[in-house]
Amino acid sequence: MAEELISFASKQDMLAKSKQFWNPDKTQFWIDSGVPLVIDRREAYFIYDVEGKRLIDVHLNGGTYNLGHRNPEVAAAVTAAMQRFDIGNHHFPSLARTALAEALVSSAPEGLAKVMYGSGGGEAIDIALKSARHATQKRGIVSVAKAYHGHTGLAVATGDERFATLFLADRPEEFTHVPFNDTDAMEAALKARDVAAVIMETIPATYGFPLPAPGYLADVKKLCERYGALYIADEVQTGLMRTGELWAISKHGVNPDILVSGKGISGGMYPVSVVLATEAAAGWLTEDGFAHMSTFGGAELGCVAALKTLEITTRPEVRSMVHYIAAVFTEGLARIQGQYPDWFTGIRQDGLVMGLEFGHPQGAKFVMKRLYENGVWAIFSTLDPRVLQYKPGILLTPALCEELLERTEVAIGKARDDVAKGGRR
Amino acid sequence: MTESPISVSELLTDPAGVPRARAMLQRAEWAARAFARYDKPGVDAIVRAAAEAGAAKAREYAEWAVRETGFGVAEHKVLKNIACSTGIADFYAGHDYVTPRIDAEAKIVEVPRPAGVVLALTPSTNPVATVFFKCLLALMTRSVVVVSPHPLAKEVCADAARTLAGAAVRAGAPDGVIQVVDEPSVPLIDALMTDERTSVIVATGGVPVVRAAYSSGTPAIGVGPGNVPVLVDATADLGQAARRIVDSKSFDNSILCTNESVLIVPEQAAATLLRHLKQAGAYLLAPDERDRISELLFPGGRFDIRFVGKDASWIAAEAGLRVPNRTRVLLAPFDLVVPEEPLAHEKLCPVLGLVRVPTARRGIDAARAVLRLSGRGHSAAIHSADPQLIMEYGAAVEVLRVAVNVGNSLGSAGLETNLAPTMTIGTGFFGRSSVAENLHPSHLVQWTRLAYNRDPAEPFGDFTGMTPWQTPAGPVPMYPVASNQRGDRLASASAGGQAYHPARSEPNGLGTDAGALREQIRRLILEELSQLAGG
Repeated sequence: MAEELISFASKQDMLAKSKQFWNPDKTQFWIDSGVPLVIDRREAYFIYDVEGKRLIDVHLNGGTYNLGHRNPEVAAAVTAAMQRFDIGNHHFPSLARTALAEALVSSAPEGLAKVMYGSGGGEAIDIALKSARHATQKRGIVSVAKAYHGHTGLAVATGDERFATLFLADRPEEFTHVPFNDTDAMEAALKARDVAAVIMETIPATYGFPLPAPGYLADVKKLCERYGALYIADEVQTGLMRTGELWAISKHGVNPDILVSGKGISGGMYPVSVVLATEAAAGWLTEDGFAHMSTFGGAELGCVAALKTLEITTRPEVRSMVHYIAAVFTEGLARIQGQYPDWFTGIRQDGLVMGLEFGHPQGAKFVMKRLYENGVWAIFSTLDPRVLQYKPGILLTPALCEELLERTEVAIGKARDDVAKGGRR
Repeated sequence: MTESPISVSELLTDPAGVPRARAMLQRAEWAARAFARYDKPGVDAIVRAAAEAGAAKAREYAEWAVRETGFGVAEHKVLKNIACSTGIADFYAGHDYVTPRIDAEAKIVEVPRPAGVVLALTPSTNPVATVFFKCLLALMTRSVVVVSPHPLAKEVCADAARTLAGAAVRAGAPDGVIQVVDEPSVPLIDALMTDERTSVIVATGGVPVVRAAYSSGTPAIGVGPGNVPVLVDATADLGQAARRIVDSKSFDNSILCTNESVLIVPEQAAATLLRHLKQAGAYLLAPDERDRISELLFPGGRFDIRFVGKDASWIAAEAGLRVPNRTRVLLAPFDLVVPEEPLAHEKLCPVLGLVRVPTARRGIDAARAVLRLSGRGHSAAIHSADPQLIMEYGAAVEVLRVAVNVGNSLGSAGLETNLAPTMTIGTGFFGRSSVAENLHPSHLVQWTRLAYNRDPAEPFGDFTGMTPWQTPAGPVPMYPVASNQRGDRLASASAGGQAYHPARSEPNGLGTDAGALREQIRRLILEELSQLAGG
């Protein structure tokens, strides 16, 4: 059946049609980058190209596949759910949505009391920003320079111009960007008391995971309180145990007013995104519950997937494993860095959120290519291509960690030679 | 309106808990990887801490076990719990399963390699003592344990395992070094046994459990049941023998698998021995009383587990018999050791079969007959001053330990002999087991042998004092502190400085400041944790 629907004469034929009917620029970009990947089957932390090449996935689509591809437990839960549920009717109270909301609230930082649903991260960010505007009756939104929160109407305006101006979607009059890790700039942006919310990824992913300076996020939260703005923690990439705690923001002692999760929340099996908010930040739900709606937001199959994902992720065994895995990479990457200190110039790590810095403006693209050749799929940071996003799964085995480190070591060495020879990716 | 609960949980839960059990094994795999790199002082500190934590709760767990299972004698369980905690730690204090051994003569170096992930199946009869025992053996050899307790004793076993785990981790053991299954079930145990992350199954329990362990495809150390014959000949000190047998048979109400099952005595010594047995607290059942006890214990020919570990007077009362208050053992005489005689089979309660034989030599035949019914490979006892007879007995009975002039309960278990003290009796090939000895730490460690060229021209290396392991200084694993919060000095010197240490031959990188740096890391972590707790 699938073969009848999805059938091409060859990989070349498929790529040609991809350019013709889908996205010519993106399709060509990967070919030019030395990553002519067309993912076919996938399992656990492996993806397989249509030609059979096996890759260890340390991109994980930003944590979407935290639990591995087609995690059998999540797949079983969704399969069981499909015998009874579908997307559901978004107007009515629902078993699955309510159960997930309760589970999320009980696992969340103190104060978060209500859950709103979207179908993707951008939509969830828009819901968060709209909620903050309603709660504060202000319009201003502050985010950090080189931020990334998605591509929907409001979310794209919080982010880097790279994704906004092309679509005439930037809104400088309402959306202020301040430098990351600069408390003074943040205060200056908030002082006029016209800001509804500060939105921060706990570690900015697309910018290559620069780490918040010690105390920075807590200071931002204090400034929010002082100037009447809400703090929105974008935990789409940093949440779900990636830093060794369920929500990375709790490692910074911050109880956000709003917390957003997406990607990995539903185990990579059925899209759903969530916004957790305090009672005060979610006031519109009491005032006019029909004010925001989304046919696919909180789709019931996605909620079941998310319930299972949350149950797996919050097992004490899993938290323990994440700490073990993080320690292995701390040690292993430091060892590799010791061999190439002039090339592998920095390691940004908080648990399994890692950005690897290289001494060339496009360094991560060289490494990405060599990793691909060596059976690893990791992506450069769009907004800082010196930095490779390195995001191993939270259920990795010791054996696969060792294999991954060995492959990484070789690829980093080869990429250094490429750069030294003046090669262009 | 429906009254029944509305739920989506059946979509989410596996009633057998199998996925959770697999998660435990994966965590165990990580812990085993870390623990395999600890050195002897680190291991010693962990073993000692765990043993002392267990011993401190010996009484609490003894009473809890009796309450939960409904059998045994709390006072005796206290003794076993201590014997299997600090007792075991003391017994093996001088042993080393961690440091490489050098045989310069043979030009061989032996490097110890722990089993890895030990799946410990523990019984209801000696629940806590067996949990202690298996956990400590694993800790001594740097293996990690997943305990799957018998369902009848699951609560006390889970608590006991967690007590040891907590103490071990506080003493520096890796997180997850001891884990326990809270809700054991057949599918769950099957999943644990057949999972390739389980390195070895150490199974103590009924025959089905042990056979299942051996059938799982995973290396297993399983032990079979006992059915202990005890022969007393005329050369023995009959008073001593009687006291020892009654003490042993009444110890924890016969719940140890090493308890005596059938007493075999030549006519010549019978009258005197019986007199002493009565003095020691045994009650000789009259034939009609014997029949009532037999029918009570073996309805339809099978032992009724209701009587496991119950005391003698309670059993007598159940049979409607009046016996003296001080009765500790019921003596049940019968004529012939044959399969259809219920009293010749294993009895985990203080009812002791009694068979009179014409001579001690005929007694050996009777003992062999007892073991034909069950208990092959397990244990037997003899009370005698005649080495010739003792040797003949030992060479004839199909068991792998014979306790001589000592009660078998604690004798064959190694608590009152110089056998390895154990809660797990290897029954060897006789008993369809791979292990012939009392389970001891060596069974959980294997050795990589570095074997040099035998040619004298090829010199042997100098390995003196070398150890490839080093116990990490901080918690294992290290809490994942963000890299920009670890301090500059650590970041620049972090090669090998986190959870694991490099092999001895590599420069450590932390140099002389290692202690100070680790202290700094610990402080950062503590600050972070207190912040979390406060927030």
